[in-house]
Amino acid sequence: MSVLVYIENADGKFRKSAFEIISYAAAIAQQINKPLVALSIGKVGADELAKAGQYGAAKVLNADADQLSKSNPQAYASVIAAAAKAENAEVVVMSASYNGKSVAPRVAVKLDASLGENVISLPDTSSSFIVKKGAYSGKAYAMVELLAPVKVLSMMPNSFKVVPNAVTAAVSSFQPAIDSKDFAVTVKETVRASGTISLPEAELVVSAGRGMKGPENWGMIEELANLLGAATACSKPVSDAGWRPHSEHVGQTGIAISPNLYLAVGISGAIQHLAGVSSSKVIVVVNKDPEAPFFKAADYGIVGDAFEVVPKLIEAAKAFKASQN
Amino acid sequence: MKILVCISSVPDTTAKINFTPDNKEFVAAGVTFILNPYDEVALSKAVDLAAQHNGTVTVINVGDATTEPVIRKALAIGANDAVRVNAVARDSFFVAKQISDYVSKNPFDLILCGRESSDHNGSSVPVMLAELLGMPCVLFAKSLTIDGTTATLDSEIEGGKEVLSVSLPFVAGGSEGMAEWKIPNMRGIMSARTKPLTVVEAVEVAQKTRLVSFDKPATRSAVKMIAVDDAGKLFEMIREEKKII
Ligand SMILES: Cc1cc2nc3c(=O)[nH]c(=O)nc-3n(C[C@H](O)[C@H](O)[C@H](O)COP(=O)(O)OP(=O)(O)OC[C@H]3O[C@@H](n4cnc5c(N)ncnc54)[C@H](O)[C@@H]3O)c2cc1C
Ligand SMILES: Nc1ncnc2c1ncn2[C@@H]1O[C@H](COP(=O)(O)O)[C@@H](O)[C@H]1O
Repeated sequence: MSVLVYIENADGKFRKSAFEIISYAAAIAQQINKPLVALSIGKVGADELAKAGQYGAAKVLNADADQLSKSNPQAYASVIAAAAKAENAEVVVMSASYNGKSVAPRVAVKLDASLGENVISLPDTSSSFIVKKGAYSGKAYAMVELLAPVKVLSMMPNSFKVVPNAVTAAVSSFQPAIDSKDFAVTVKETVRASGTISLPEAELVVSAGRGMKGPENWGMIEELANLLGAATACSKPVSDAGWRPHSEHVGQTGIAISPNLYLAVGISGAIQHLAGVSSSKVIVVVNKDPEAPFFKAADYGIVGDAFEVVPKLIEAAKAFKASQN
Repeated sequence: MKILVCISSVPDTTAKINFTPDNKEFVAAGVTFILNPYDEVALSKAVDLAAQHNGTVTVINVGDATTEPVIRKALAIGANDAVRVNAVARDSFFVAKQISDYVSKNPFDLILCGRESSDHNGSSVPVMLAELLGMPCVLFAKSLTIDGTTATLDSEIEGGKEVLSVSLPFVAGGSEGMAEWKIPNMRGIMSARTKPLTVVEAVEVAQKTRLVSFDKPATRSAVKMIAVDDAGKLFEMIREEKKII
């Protein structure tokens, strides 16, 4: 029996979220006293693979067949299920990233397993196997018992701290049989906004709403985000109006995020918006209306005009950055 | 072209969420139920595609009789007929099994879901359904066009999008931007009353999960207000008090 963790790479590199998910899986492995095995799919260099050892993965399977070099949820699910069988995995863990969400339910079906999706903390394994996850779009949590012998978990990004736990990673090649039926979807083009921080994974997020008046005023929001190393987000009407891309829209019908810091400028705090951001650890609200509902859900509030406050925050961020160096 | 849209009946987005005192059940009394917003996007797309390709749209819901108003709403938006699998939706695997059972007896060229339901938030049903049917799935589809038997989709990925091509049949999860939301007109509402709604019984499915309890997020401590002139101290303050940056 073992715990298997699938670690995603981005263009051959592991991001922080990969180490976060290994740390999480290592904690589960320790909790149920089973060895941890990591699985990497696609082309990742030896140095990079060895990094898995820094967070507790003593065994790393490297599925680097040419066909798997491009992300493909159907094929990846087959590889993960094959690895889970080969390693006799009792728990299979991955990140609830876009890719992870497209993969985990398939793995669960293939393994006849129970699926715990978007979990936000370690499972309670004291007498059975109970996971905690978000429900009702951020308005509640559900505790769910996973009944099948095999459990597949996808974890909400940013729900677990990276914990260094150095072991030597023994990397071995993993080459399961690959079914051509898994390659029914062709990727014609990948468009990636370069240099931006992925919103679902971001630790810091600067977000703005209709209070910004128009897309031409987003320069200062981007500047503040850049200085802080934050991702940018927006409210729904802003993306509906085409001021910002839909991929930045957070809330009940957008992306749900749980960063360490969510700084919202000119957003009223409608219930549908709050649903997607309320699990942020610290919320700062800037709004010129002292009655804006968002202040009730905030840790820090500044009542003022965005066009006056944001430039001050930019200066503050510069000073803050300088003091850190 | 035969299109199936999987629809879920969920609490209105503005509804307050309450549970029974033992925290084991959601209290539905006083809550308005709506068509899950992403399913509405998927359905709007399906109605457009059916018009373009001389097709039909069937909606399917796994639920008890209380979901029928939402099914009628979907018929009013433009679905031709509806199926209700008569069972409370226990979990995503249960729902996916019911729908896959129906589809294996009644094939479709295209199956659309929402990318996520606003009550379970699993994003699991479409993917499980595709796996059970041996089909590809594009879970975060922001656009969809069909030419003959080939579809082109924009799919959301971290920090960008992918343009994908896939042959029918397949499963897609509708995301923002896939279609404009359709508002039912009077004729739609009138005709919805008489469109066929078939009720089928559920198949047996091994239970994979059990709901133990619900919980509500802890309320935040009172907001700390900062004067505009002190805005410059914000990040220092957060570092000292919260230790997260
Ligand atoms: C089914 C459904 C789903 C929805 N899903 C979502 C969702 O996922 N995400 C989402 O965000 N919304 C969602 N909404 C919309 C939501 O109800 C609100 O309409 C929306 O969040 C409001 O966006 P906003 O705060 O940017 O704009 P507004 O409500 O217009 O608020 C603008 C705010 O800016 C402030 N302001 C104005 N000028 C300034 C200035 N110069 N300086 C500082 N502050 C200023 C105002 O005081 C006001 O509070 C949904 C709605 C429905 C019906
Ligand atoms: N009870 C249900 N009946 C029919 N379709 C459903 C049901 N629940 C979920 N779905 C579909 O699956 C999608 C994703 O739901 P979920 O996996 O719960 O996030 C929804 O947007 C619907 O399209």
